[in-house]
Parts: sequence; structure tokens; C-alpha cells
Amino acid sequence: MLAAVHALIVSFLVIAGAAFFFIGTLGLLRFPDFYTRVHAVTKCDALGAGLVLLGLAIWSGPDGEGVRIMALIALLLLSSPTAGHALARAAFRTGLQPWTREDGDESD
Amino acid sequence: MTDWSPASLFWAVVIFLLINAFACLWRGLAGPTLPDRILAVNVIGTKTMVVLVLLGLAREQGIWLDVALVYGLLSFTVTLVASRLLETGLLKGAWRD
Repeated sequence: MLAAVHALIVSFLVIAGAAFFFIGTLGLLRFPDFYTRVHAVTKCDALGAGLVLLGLAIWSGPDGEGVRIMALIALLLLSSPTAGHALARAAFRTGLQPWTREDGDESD
Repeated sequence: MTDWSPASLFWAVVIFLLINAFACLWRGLAGPTLPDRILAVNVIGTKTMVVLVLLGLAREQGIWLDVALVYGLLSFTVTLVASRLLETGLLKGAWRD
């Protein structure tokens, strides 16, 4: 019985993570301008990857592989927001203006 | 349900993530501005890292986890260096007159 619950938790986490990845890709494709894309993707990817890796860490147990996946989760949760922030700050400082409603649909 | 092996689930999620990565590749090509392209590279890097971990567990080889760790570090560094170059003007975006 425990194995069934264990497998259920793992598959639920992995599928939820994949769903968040899909939402992040949708945000990346459909948003009108860079700033909206970077805010959508940084959040969804960090969360999606975090969920998938958490499910895998639970599946591989607390032995060698589980600890390495936990390290990966920690790396990811630190690096993804930092990269997104650095990119958005660089773009803003070099003068990329955010998209506003008055621009209407001049971008695709 | 006792000896259910998740390899099929892991392979399915790998294929799903690769399809998503191709969609992000399209944003990398069509991205109007330079930061969009750097963002697409960063997104594909994150997806590749998760795909590596999934493959490692689907094939029961622990070495893939180390590859994923190094890949995650490198893709993070690439984004930081690219945004640094963008900020200092070496990489010129089209919107800068």
C-alpha cells in the first residue's frame, strides 16, 4: 500500500511540474513584450522544474541520488530568479521600453 | 501497483518537455528583441537540465545527475554573462538608437 501511495505522489508531482512547464511555454509564446515574457517564464520554469525534481527526489529516496537532486533543486531555486532579474535589469537599463496598452497590437 | 516502474512516465515527460523546448526555440528565432533570445536560451537550458535528470532516473544511471548539475550551472552563467554584456553595451540591442 505504501508503494502505491509513493508512486502516486511521485507521478502527481511530475505531472504537475510538466503542466507548469507548459504554462511557462505558453506565456513565453503569447505575451506581447519582453518584460511580460520574462516574468511568466522565470516563475513557471522555476516552479515546474522544482516540482518535477521534487517528485524525482521523492522517488529516488534519501540515498545518494536523492541528495544530488535536492542539490539540483537548491541550485535551480537560486539561479533561475537571479538570471531572470539580471536579464530584465540589463534590458531596462539599456532603454527597452515596456509594452503599454496604447501601443495596441503593433507587436505580433 | 506494487512493482510499477516509472520509466514510461519519465520518458513521456521527457518527450513533452522536448516539444516545449522546440516551442521556446521558435521564440528564440522570432523573438523581436535581443533579450527575448537570451531568455529563450535560458528557458531551454532549464528544460534540458530537467530532461537530463529524468533520463538519468529512467535509465538508472546516476552519472546523468552530475551532468544536469554542471549544465544548470553553465546555463545560469551564460545568462548572467549575456545580460552583463548587454548592459555594458558590447551586445547592442536593436532598440538602442
